[in-house]
Amino acid sequence: MAESIPVGHADEHADHDHHEMTFSEKYIFPLDHKMIAMQYMFTGMFMALIGGFFSYAFRMQLAFPGMNVPGWGVVSPNDYNALVTNHGTIMIFWVAMPVLIAAFGNYLIPLMIGADDMVFPKINRLSYQIFLLSAIVILAAFFVEGGAFGGAWTAYPPLSTKAEYSLTGLGSTFWITAVFLEFVAFLLGGINFITTAMNARAPGMKMWDIPMVVWMIVIASILFMLSVGPLLAGGIMMIFDQQLGTAFFDPDRGGDPILWQHLFWFFGHPEVYVVLLPAIGITADVMCVFSRKKLFGYKTVLYTAIGTGVLSFTVWAHHQFVAGIDPRMANVFTVTTLLISVPIAEMLFVYIATLYGGSITLSTPMLWAMAFIFEFLIGGVTGIFLGASGNDIYMHDTYFVLAHFHYTFYPIAIIGTYAGFTFWFPKMFGKMMNDTLGKLHFWLTIIPFNMIFLPLFVLGAAGQHRRIYDFTNYPELAMPWQQDLRVLATVSLCVMLGAQLIFFYNAITSWISGPPAGKNPWNSNTLEWTAASPPPHGNWPEGLPTCYRGPYEYSHPEREEDFWPQNEPA
Amino acid sequence: MSARPIATTRSAAGIPTQRLAVWWIIASEIVIFGGVLGSYIMHRLAHGIWADYAANTNPWIGLTNTFILLTSSLFAVLAHQAAERGDGKRAANLLYLTCLGGAMFLCVKGYEWSYEISHGMTITANTFWSFYYTAAGIHALHVIAGCIIMLFVAETAKKNLELHRVEIIGIYWHFVDVVWIFLFPLLYIAK
Repeated sequence: MAESIPVGHADEHADHDHHEMTFSEKYIFPLDHKMIAMQYMFTGMFMALIGGFFSYAFRMQLAFPGMNVPGWGVVSPNDYNALVTNHGTIMIFWVAMPVLIAAFGNYLIPLMIGADDMVFPKINRLSYQIFLLSAIVILAAFFVEGGAFGGAWTAYPPLSTKAEYSLTGLGSTFWITAVFLEFVAFLLGGINFITTAMNARAPGMKMWDIPMVVWMIVIASILFMLSVGPLLAGGIMMIFDQQLGTAFFDPDRGGDPILWQHLFWFFGHPEVYVVLLPAIGITADVMCVFSRKKLFGYKTVLYTAIGTGVLSFTVWAHHQFVAGIDPRMANVFTVTTLLISVPIAEMLFVYIATLYGGSITLSTPMLWAMAFIFEFLIGGVTGIFLGASGNDIYMHDTYFVLAHFHYTFYPIAIIGTYAGFTFWFPKMFGKMMNDTLGKLHFWLTIIPFNMIFLPLFVLGAAGQHRRIYDFTNYPELAMPWQQDLRVLATVSLCVMLGAQLIFFYNAITSWISGPPAGKNPWNSNTLEWTAASPPPHGNWPEGLPTCYRGPYEYSHPEREEDFWPQNEPA
Repeated sequence: MSARPIATTRSAAGIPTQRLAVWWIIASEIVIFGGVLGSYIMHRLAHGIWADYAANTNPWIGLTNTFILLTSSLFAVLAHQAAERGDGKRAANLLYLTCLGGAMFLCVKGYEWSYEISHGMTITANTFWSFYYTAAGIHALHVIAGCIIMLFVAETAKKNLELHRVEIIGIYWHFVDVVWIFLFPLLYIAK
């Protein structure tokens, strides 16, 4: 840790109720769940900028091979490998996870269930500190001999275990160490989220009164906790293979490289749902508020989410159809993979039914939420192509796969985050964001996003392989129309990255001088909107709320107002 | 900094928060050990020759360690019983005895490993020994962590404070014990 400011011992001050907190107690080593959420949020956003910059550098190389990329320089083959690897790793483990689960989880769970903090504030702080350390380790890999790890974000052996293949003897160890630490941080955080939601609920809040986003973060934490263990074990084996010379993954000496693939994907596939579910939950809350309707089928969404979670443990080998697994086994995994689209489709239908007949306000958060449904649908439908093992043998490791999972992860990590961030911004900072700038940012993000990845579907179906550094070496892949589509994708990416400046401008100016938000600017029901904006330390100094009903009682026929806050007695 | 958050005192699920948390920790630990042992079993089934390597482990040492750990678990149970009665001093003393069991376990393990390593059975000798040291090593780390936490718990229990923690660390210690019950037959007895 870079900061060497001494930590204040919270327990010593336990008897002083109004002890003035020092700067380091409040901002650097906080125990308050909201401040820890902000630490996660801003660290995640900083990492998103780095991951986005990486994608800019390698996309420039793909569109204009050998170009001196402004801001990076000439992208060498080793640079290219390190950039794509770390773009993937950072965007999933250091952006999607901290923002969607840790930041929203930390911020929303205590506020939405009517508690004053998490049940383990110190473990919460420790979790962030381990996470920060892991972020430093993954970035530090760029500055060691040989550079950062370049064996793809899945780190398959032998690329990841043998330095003579990856040429990054130290970088690969940094990579696996960082991933390991990050998992430990989220295990600690996840235990906190689950126990808080189970035990610290406001009086009167029953199971079916919990807002959907809290449910989803809890289910996601349970999924994470039950799937990450084998990969933690695999991480230890990998570090031993790299640094001690063991042979867990070396077939020449009695090991098995496929073992790593099993350990990785046994976690890696549930991981998709770990980040998907919080985004689905955010969408549910935003949609109900801006269509002024009760969620169509609260329990349906919940049961399908649990069903998705259970099924997600049985699909992992669909990533390994061409790795030499038994074709009969592949059939089984094809069936489970196609099955998992049923509960997900169910959720999307519920959302569409929620919108049906509602009085819809197309505010910025609502636009993001609706875009989430639309874009994720494309990701889901293309997944069916890849889940069928016969078809996957052709499609495997092409840009079709790449476009497919960007159509799932982008709606999750970027669109879902923007939906949540713009929706809860008034609560987090006490100010309203500028809606016009918000919509401009929305359209300048969504249109380029589709223009990046729709061409990549076409290129992938035409056989363009992933992980190729310079397509001019492959004449059949460097035809003018193909190169044109690559340029289109890269230019769209630059437009999209540039459009994020609008977001940062909007967020910062709104934070400084936006109109005050008041307690409940969206006329929402859930408990966090009954606290001050931003909520003070302890959330409700005047006394914690009591819950009387479910979170989505909008447009109730017996009421004049079209909302019915959870804390209002009948 | 105000006193403890009210959230920490609530119990909507009807189970004390700390006990709930330790069960979730154990759930996540089960899949960690499950990953190691599952991989080990799959390899073991695929390589008949590993039985010859496994013949070099000493089941008597393993049995001694099983006995030591089970005895220490008995002390953990007695400590819990004393804590329930509100006798913090006795609970603390019993926890020290539990720790002593953990320390003896580690000493025996150290003796065993130094013998094996000096006879060429190192972690890099072959994949069986890699699994042997990795699985037992991860378990030994849990023993060390459990002992350290137990010393802290005993320190407060001695003053009759936070007695519920005695039960929590006991649950964890039983889990560490159960993991060894799986390791012992898999690494020592199955020849």
